[in-house]
Amino acid sequence: MADSFSIPDEMSGRRKFLVAVTSVAGGIAGVAIATPFMMSMMPSERAKAAGAPVEVDISKLEPGMLLMVEWRGKVVWVLNRTPEMLDTLVKVEAELADPNSEKPQQPEYAQNRTRSIKPEILVTEGVCTHLGCSPVFRKEIAPADLGPDWLGGFFCPCHGSKFDLAGRVYKSVPAPTNMVVPPHVYLSDSRLLIGATSEGSV
Amino acid sequence: MKKITIVIFILCMAPFSSLFAAESGMALDSAPVSTADNASLQRGAESFINYCLTCHGASYMRYNRHYDIGFTNEEILTKLIFTGQKVGGLMESAMQKKEGEEWFGVAPPDLSVIARSRGADWLYTYLRAFYRDDSTATGWNNLVFDRAAMPHVFYQLQGEQKLIVKISDKGEQKTLVLDKQGEMTKAEFDNFVGDLVNYLVYLGEPHANARKELGLTVMAFLLGMLILSYALKREYWKDIH
Amino acid sequence: MNKIIEWIDKRFPLTSNWKAHLSEYYAPKNFNFWYFFGSLALLVLVNQILTGIFLTMNYKPDAGMAFASVEYIMRDVDYGWLIRYMHSTGASMFFVVVYLHMFRGMMYGSYQKPRELLWLVGMAIFLVLMSLAFTGYILPWGQMSYWGAQVIVSMFGAIPAIGESLQQWVLGDFTLSDVALNRFFAYHVVTLPLIMLVLVFAHILALHEVGSNNPDGIEIKANKNPKTGIPVDGIPFHPYYTVKDIVGVVVFLMVFCGIVFFAPEMGGYFLEYNNFIPANTLQTPDHIAPVWYFTPYYSMLRAVTVNFLWVDAKLWGVILMAASVVVFAFLPWLDRSPVKSIRYKGVYFKTALTLFVISFFVLGWLGTKSPTPLYTLLAQIFTVIYFAFFILMPWYSKIDKTKPEPKRVKE
Repeated sequence: MADSFSIPDEMSGRRKFLVAVTSVAGGIAGVAIATPFMMSMMPSERAKAAGAPVEVDISKLEPGMLLMVEWRGKVVWVLNRTPEMLDTLVKVEAELADPNSEKPQQPEYAQNRTRSIKPEILVTEGVCTHLGCSPVFRKEIAPADLGPDWLGGFFCPCHGSKFDLAGRVYKSVPAPTNMVVPPHVYLSDSRLLIGATSEGSV
Repeated sequence: MKKITIVIFILCMAPFSSLFAAESGMALDSAPVSTADNASLQRGAESFINYCLTCHGASYMRYNRHYDIGFTNEEILTKLIFTGQKVGGLMESAMQKKEGEEWFGVAPPDLSVIARSRGADWLYTYLRAFYRDDSTATGWNNLVFDRAAMPHVFYQLQGEQKLIVKISDKGEQKTLVLDKQGEMTKAEFDNFVGDLVNYLVYLGEPHANARKELGLTVMAFLLGMLILSYALKREYWKDIH
Repeated sequence: MNKIIEWIDKRFPLTSNWKAHLSEYYAPKNFNFWYFFGSLALLVLVNQILTGIFLTMNYKPDAGMAFASVEYIMRDVDYGWLIRYMHSTGASMFFVVVYLHMFRGMMYGSYQKPRELLWLVGMAIFLVLMSLAFTGYILPWGQMSYWGAQVIVSMFGAIPAIGESLQQWVLGDFTLSDVALNRFFAYHVVTLPLIMLVLVFAHILALHEVGSNNPDGIEIKANKNPKTGIPVDGIPFHPYYTVKDIVGVVVFLMVFCGIVFFAPEMGGYFLEYNNFIPANTLQTPDHIAPVWYFTPYYSMLRAVTVNFLWVDAKLWGVILMAASVVVFAFLPWLDRSPVKSIRYKGVYFKTALTLFVISFFVLGWLGTKSPTPLYTLLAQIFTVIYFAFFILMPWYSKIDKTKPEPKRVKE
């Protein structure tokens, strides 16, 4: 009595072809099935709604004052810079790692010396680009702990990274890049929308 | 053997045919549901906001979901949102749960999935079956839902119906007749409620159309897969003798 | 590639296991339609575990938040609706597949010697599956979740003396509440799936020890090729049954996806309409019925309406219901027939099995209905038939006129 089957030593061309095609189709099916599962881990509609653009009224923001706004659970700074503050931006440039904001840490419309749409108003995420701490606004000039060259800026207490008043990072600090300027737009002279570039794209 | 298989097959099908046939006491009218009809859904959405959302919430639904049925951002802001909510906000009712309990005895239920529990036909019949009844607290009663806590909110549109009970040898027969004409004709009012119920069906499962669309793609793929895998099986089973 | 496998084989029995369980596991060559359901059950188990993991990422086991979190999954989570429908459809399809798998075993005598233990492990899997279904159904915290659980948990109260304390111990409260929801969630996502995986592993191990039965109910191992040592009616599971099972899987997926995409509620059988109403602890819905897969047992629970032998009707109902499930475990010892397969059994067994299947369906159908005097009478009659199938089996299977089994399997 012989066995009920005989496995051929060499797979026929047809069999090879069918195995290949079925495997490819199975692979496609696998990827297709994995997709919705992976997508389900993206921010949900609730998270998106909570992270919707925030409208800020800046009419009462005096020169030299910093306003903190929450957007997507992060702090966003709105700083109204005085003319003296703006002057410091030129003076510190030699000590900055990326003075011309060449790295894409800001929307195109903020890729300028002041890193802003309106020269005096800085809008930036108050998040250190090193490991995510929130730096402290230090506007006093030459304080004891930061040394005589300090002209005002942001100092991260976690690992000592320093940024100027446009959120640009100094050389030789742990943070690699300038602070992130979020998308924003002026709906009117005093109404600032953070998180979107137009009212419609909410 | 074969016979058992056939018996099983018939038995499997049996429960579906008689599904809920004997459940409800009253024959329900068939609701004109068409979740592809955006115009109807948009009319229904506006009616829902105007007439229902004051007391009922639809608190699992977000306003910006209405892109589904062809509303633009602008339209959502002007036609649907009157409470200063954000477009991504939930459709919560203006009324507090406690107030509802005080006013109606029970808090008005959330309507997000009402069409999934009640069914479109029930809602369509219910919303058109209010009649005057001075013995109830609200002055209204309903032929489908006896002593419903909800008053007749479409009173001005539909007018006033009254109940007529005929007793014949078949038993009691209850019918409603229009006593006072409202702003709408019967056909207009039926359409109005039809749109609203259509919207409630959409509200219960906003992704339903997307689900069916994706389903067609998946089924087409599986059909291809079936042909392939069957060919592969035939090929391998040539080895068996 | 070969070097890597060689490296692994010296440290882990990869190739030897591949051979033992797939490429050199010899299965009878005459498997028919009914033999798809074992591998399909495994597929559904994988589906339940995968979709379940993703559901737990967004579900909240809190009486105040559970219902809303399910709607959150359905609406706000990308493809959450798909994952949830796959899970809810999977739950029902698990029972479809397992019932068919069990019926296959009953038709072809797969529980008979030497497969008694395999059958018992299978029965344990069935019990765990029922517990998983029950604990899972509570989680959305809708009206049916709540009142269904209320009914089931109240059965503990029927046990004399310790009933009430036991019920409170199960619930962790004096009534069904957030506490119970929280712990049933733990059972559903951790305890029971772990037990299930161990049992499924044991089930497959036991199967591969004794070998698969087949529609002819004869042992292929009794007839080996003296040269190769391979059963003459056996073929390697891989590739022959793997390619065949792929066809079965695709057909199954077409049914499965048809439900998921086009009828996820399945007319109120897979997702009950009343469960779209949040749990209301003060008001029972007008009509409560368990999900379809529990309805046959539920009918038997309701069928007992008289006190009998100092035991009240409530307890008898519970006993009967428990017995109706457990009684399957005794099949290996109830069946005294000299042959395994229905193909060679006589008219008695065939009649008994047919009556049993009919009573299972009728009881299932009755379980979805509100009880009326007629329905209760029907339930009583069919409960008797259901149990008669088992209790009378030692007698009718022994005197049944069987046909001789063939030496080789038929195509």
